[in-house]
Amino acid sequence: MSSLLFDFKVDKATSTVTVDREFDAELSLVWDAFTRQELLDQWWAPKPWASQTKFMDFKVGGRRFYAMVGPEGQEGWQIQDYTSISPKTNFRFTSIFADKDQNPNLPGSDWNLNFSEQNGITKVSISIYNESKERMEQMLAMGFKEGFSMTLNELGNLLSTLKK
Amino acid sequence: MRRDIFQAVADPTRRAIIVLIAMQAMTPNDIAENFQTTRQAVSKHLRILTECDLVKQEQKGREIYYSLEIEKMKEIDKWIEQFRKIWESRFNQLDNLLSTIKKNKK
Repeated sequence: MSSLLFDFKVDKATSTVTVDREFDAELSLVWDAFTRQELLDQWWAPKPWASQTKFMDFKVGGRRFYAMVGPEGQEGWQIQDYTSISPKTNFRFTSIFADKDQNPNLPGSDWNLNFSEQNGITKVSISIYNESKERMEQMLAMGFKEGFSMTLNELGNLLSTLKK
Repeated sequence: MRRDIFQAVADPTRRAIIVLIAMQAMTPNDIAENFQTTRQAVSKHLRILTECDLVKQEQKGREIYYSLEIEKMKEIDKWIEQFRKIWESRFNQLDNLLSTIKKNKK
């Protein structure tokens, strides 16, 4: 297991974060873990946070609306709008921070996920593109400033605070 | 007033100033010549950069020279490391989930 690839890069020039990771499982299983609500909620949030999907309609034009719920019950709502799906190969979505009523807090970031399998090992390549360099730097700035604590969710709340 | 480094990079003019003084120490007048802005505006940016501990000043005769505190810039890299850890933690959870599912299938 320890030889599985994990590569993480932040490219400030192109406002893109890329994450590559291999998993010791066949492609269809990994694909399900990324695209089925009941599986996603079991791993998407880094502990002690929990991912709670309110609804998920995995199709082009569909939406996943979910909350990252903290240990003290704090909620950070997020929207993922699916823009493209090629089964077991690729899917894309726009990720937007929101309030509990799905009011978006723009701009969002564009996620592109690629899946491939070789010898029973599945590789997932994720790229996250931020519309503007400023947003990327806000993302970097806010996390550090507040003494970042293992949550993307908090990052979202901080971002919305900054934009107000 | 104390500020943090990320306020420094939140502004495009300040990012440009950082790039300029990373190469060589410069006076506020030298710096202002590179921008379509007033000397006062440049001074304001330099003040913020100073408050972020991102630049150091050195008096030479009647002029003050500004240069970059390279070490301070490394704080940004530290944050990126935190961001990396989130993904690491998330993927470790996925590893566990995948192996559980595989076992249950057998």
